[in-house]
Amino acid sequence: MSASSVAGEFNWLFWTLVVVCGTVATAIACVVIYSALRYHRKNENELPPPLPSNNIRLEAAWTIIPFFLFMGMFAWGAKLYFDIERPPDDALQVYVVAKQWMWKTQQLDGAREINQLHVPVGQPVKLLMTSQDVIHSFYVPAFRIKQDVLPGRYTSIWFQATKPGKYHLFCAEYCGTKHSGMIGWIYVMERQQYQHWLQEGAAEGSLASDGEKLFHQFGCANCHHFDGQGRCPNLQGLFHSTVHLAGGTTVLADEAYIRRKLFDPRATTVEGYDKDVMPDFSHQLTEEDVIQLIAYIRSLGPAPGSTIESSPGSTPSQYGNQPGIAYPGAPPILNRTPGMR
Amino acid sequence: MSTTVAVPVETNYLTEKQGILSWLLTTDHKRIGLLYFFSVTAFFFVGGFFAVLMRLHLLTPQGVIVGPETYNKLFTMHGIIMVWFFLIPSIPATLGNFLIPMMIGAKDLAFPKLNLASWYVFMLGGAVTLWALVRGGVDTGWTFYTPFSTTYSTTYVVGAALGIFISGFSSIMTGINFIATIHRMRAPGLTWFRLPIFIWSHYATSMIFVLATPVLAITLLMVCFERLFQVGIFDPALGGDPVLFQHMFWFYSHPAVYVMILPAMAVVSEIIPVFSRRPIFGYTAVAYSSVAIAVVGFLVWGHHLFVAGESVYSAMAFSFMSYLVAIPSAIKVFNWSATMVKGSISWDTPMLYAIGFLGLFTIGGMTGLFLAALGLDVHVTDTYFVVAHFHYIMVGGAVMAYLGGVHYWWPKISGKMYPEGLARLSALIVFLGFNLTFFPQFVLGFLGMPRRYAAYPDEFQFLHVLSTAGASILGVGYVLPLCYLIWAWKYGKEAGPNPWRATGLEWQTASPPPAQNFDTTPIVTRPAYDFEGMKEELHLG
Amino acid sequence: MADHAAALVREHFSTAEQQRETETLGMWIFLATEVMFFGGLFVAFTVYRMYYPQAFGTGSAGMNIVLGSINTAVLITSSFTMAMAVHSAEVGNPRLLTLLLIVTMLLGCIFLGIKFTEYYQHFLEHRMPGVWFDYAGPAASKVQMFFVFYYFMTGLHALHMIVGVGVLLVILGRAMAGSFSAGYSTPVAMAGLYWSFVDIIWVFLFAIFYLQGLHV
Repeated sequence: MSASSVAGEFNWLFWTLVVVCGTVATAIACVVIYSALRYHRKNENELPPPLPSNNIRLEAAWTIIPFFLFMGMFAWGAKLYFDIERPPDDALQVYVVAKQWMWKTQQLDGAREINQLHVPVGQPVKLLMTSQDVIHSFYVPAFRIKQDVLPGRYTSIWFQATKPGKYHLFCAEYCGTKHSGMIGWIYVMERQQYQHWLQEGAAEGSLASDGEKLFHQFGCANCHHFDGQGRCPNLQGLFHSTVHLAGGTTVLADEAYIRRKLFDPRATTVEGYDKDVMPDFSHQLTEEDVIQLIAYIRSLGPAPGSTIESSPGSTPSQYGNQPGIAYPGAPPILNRTPGMR
Repeated sequence: MSTTVAVPVETNYLTEKQGILSWLLTTDHKRIGLLYFFSVTAFFFVGGFFAVLMRLHLLTPQGVIVGPETYNKLFTMHGIIMVWFFLIPSIPATLGNFLIPMMIGAKDLAFPKLNLASWYVFMLGGAVTLWALVRGGVDTGWTFYTPFSTTYSTTYVVGAALGIFISGFSSIMTGINFIATIHRMRAPGLTWFRLPIFIWSHYATSMIFVLATPVLAITLLMVCFERLFQVGIFDPALGGDPVLFQHMFWFYSHPAVYVMILPAMAVVSEIIPVFSRRPIFGYTAVAYSSVAIAVVGFLVWGHHLFVAGESVYSAMAFSFMSYLVAIPSAIKVFNWSATMVKGSISWDTPMLYAIGFLGLFTIGGMTGLFLAALGLDVHVTDTYFVVAHFHYIMVGGAVMAYLGGVHYWWPKISGKMYPEGLARLSALIVFLGFNLTFFPQFVLGFLGMPRRYAAYPDEFQFLHVLSTAGASILGVGYVLPLCYLIWAWKYGKEAGPNPWRATGLEWQTASPPPAQNFDTTPIVTRPAYDFEGMKEELHLG
Repeated sequence: MADHAAALVREHFSTAEQQRETETLGMWIFLATEVMFFGGLFVAFTVYRMYYPQAFGTGSAGMNIVLGSINTAVLITSSFTMAMAVHSAEVGNPRLLTLLLIVTMLLGCIFLGIKFTEYYQHFLEHRMPGVWFDYAGPAASKVQMFFVFYYFMTGLHALHMIVGVGVLLVILGRAMAGSFSAGYSTPVAMAGLYWSFVDIIWVFLFAIFYLQGLHV
């Protein structure tokens, strides 16, 4: 079953490799089987006539030709990988929280599902995912996508479904007793059907409105004023803007940055602000609370004139401009099963 | 090649000293090789028993044999026992120990007491692991990923990890012994490029033993530390990084898979020339390829983390290196095949296993090319495709080569021949059973069936039934040699010093060999596999 | 001056020289495994040091630089006395060998004594990781991480020191029994290699744990 925009290219690469490898394997099998039959030992004392046992040209040939074949495979595989890892700018944002042993998906407008996700066909969908406990992996075979979901940080993957239908969702990283039960369905619907489904859904608030409630409940509004007079930065226009940190560096204010600010406030300090004011919410907010707050901050819109950069891939977007270094941060202990020996 | 004076030997390494203590306190590398042989055989059948249970359980989509907790323990223990207590020691510690001194014309390894100690350390590690098993088992997968293994699992993680930690020192001791021996104890005239490829491959294996195993040791120790003292080295809640564990674990475990295949390649490199009566084609290329596999094998570990959270740029680097490491293996396959062309091909059991290895290792290795392709790996990683890939290499490759080597050197070790007809039949059963077990798993993986699943959607059942059918045939194929080899030890036909008319130094002495291996130290004047040069002595042509 | 202690060439070796070269090679390979063993910890420490520079700086500032420096001096001196011990074995001076071995062991024990004093001090200051850890400042878990590595790595090193002292005890016994001479001193040389290696590891440990805090 191939039902995503990358599945086609995947299939091409896969079957090309099957043909190439199959051809070479068959050739080797022919040489071996032919030799075993044609040169089968006829008497115990038989000694074949002495022949050269090396041939530098042959060695060079069967070193260099495979090298170029392999480089071709590498290049094609890498190109496909970039396509898989780079979401387009207009992707529909979906948040996923994994826990032992279920998938919780949330869309910006508030649609929440357990072990399933409804999406429209032909629309790029970007998943921002985290785990509440151990490592899981979000796997939809029909879309040819998979991404490990880690505790303590966000990872992301995207897809564009090309055919309506329902497709398996599996957890693909062993996560304990009910690992094989952590499965579900992705429902791909025609656009109109999807809109219909959204409207029919429970009249819960959108993620952003839930986030707004939290923003006031936890006292964020006391310091983060919108008129620029508060002790803390104005969050309007923050999302996906470039933040100047104390010390001269800059960072992209993406989801990972916001999450880190909530759980590890001292990791970064915005230039011009006191580094000790922001409380640590590690023990008070769940991963889902964080997602709601992010949705709220996102809804505060871009500052006039700033450009939104789309995250280039799963890992780099988490780290802003820090080259390749991950900040695991601290997920809340709230939903964690106590460790046992 | 050698100038030994034939002197009638009255005792050999088996008969020279008798009694249980003479075995438990031996420093004779040949006896130690046999001690390991018994141990790894026992572990193989324990690990195999778990596999049987797993395959029975997977006959039905919801599984009725065991509950999910037990299934999770089964695949974990199967992996731990097969990897650390069978595959890694199997060829080096049994055949390597037995043959390396003989192949280089030495009386023993460089450090015989260290060799004995390595067996005891191995057995201690095995005992601790089995204790963890008996107490209730461990369910983290053989890969011990954190934070599941450090914080969430309620099973005997520390026990199992400590058992593996201890057994790792056995590998390190063996590696030190082999390297020092090969460097310093070769017979006069035996230059590096006259060495059998078996020695080159075991040298490369030993490089990995000494450099990679300590990293596993410290990683497992850190997991134990975290579990025992509840400090967060790999726990995100306490600032730890679970992906760091994966990097450290695979830094060892990828080279470890080369530890499992290089000795198998060593065996095949000995069998094919003898059973083709031609020198190995491209000796220098094959020798250097062995070392290249070991060296480049240290640079590819990140291909286990393509979807785990490593950066796109790291992933590209590791994918590139993974393709590079495939090249020396390909070179070997081509050279082995070329060795057979215009040779005199015997169909005796060792050669059947070697030919089987050629086919199955090639398939397994080629599916590695699929996994190295970044865009393909996203889909097939963590599925049965990977399971099939590594079983093709480790079972279709390493175990077949191990059986081939056991049969090839059985006459040397025991002085007796095994029953050829029954042995050929067993080889065929193993080959057929193996393919029926594991080929359907490539399809399962491509279709999306994840690994480590105790239950699965109905549409995958047919392929699982095929796989289980194959496993039952494969099991028969493994039990048969166990029976007839034991029988042959006592009742087999006398083998004589060189039943295969091989050129290696080990065949220039009696079967079974005397305790000191050679009556006089051989002096080497010929290259390896010199059938033409030795045709008088071997009564060939 | 006992010169009768000729090399005890084991049966599987053909000459004393082959035995000595092989044993020395074996020891160097063993030291390579030790480099990889500690290396894993150094890599992990470096990763976390890069993640949490401030917390690790705080941790490092809590180290006792005076005791650490004394320990470094003690251990380097002991490497010197050990090297001299190896030399005196090689020139066939058993009395000097015995004396220098004893001095080396004493210095090793002083090192261990100071180390365990430091461990206890940290325990009293609630810096020992686990249930005993208590730090009121920000990023407490990351400061704990620093001490996890401190205890783990220096503890592993201390274990190697204890083994080293044990090895020297055995060498001392054999030296006093007259086993070594100008013609045969390989075990002393190998013990010396091990001792120097453990010393070098300490120098790196000192740098990463004690010296970062000086900048904060």
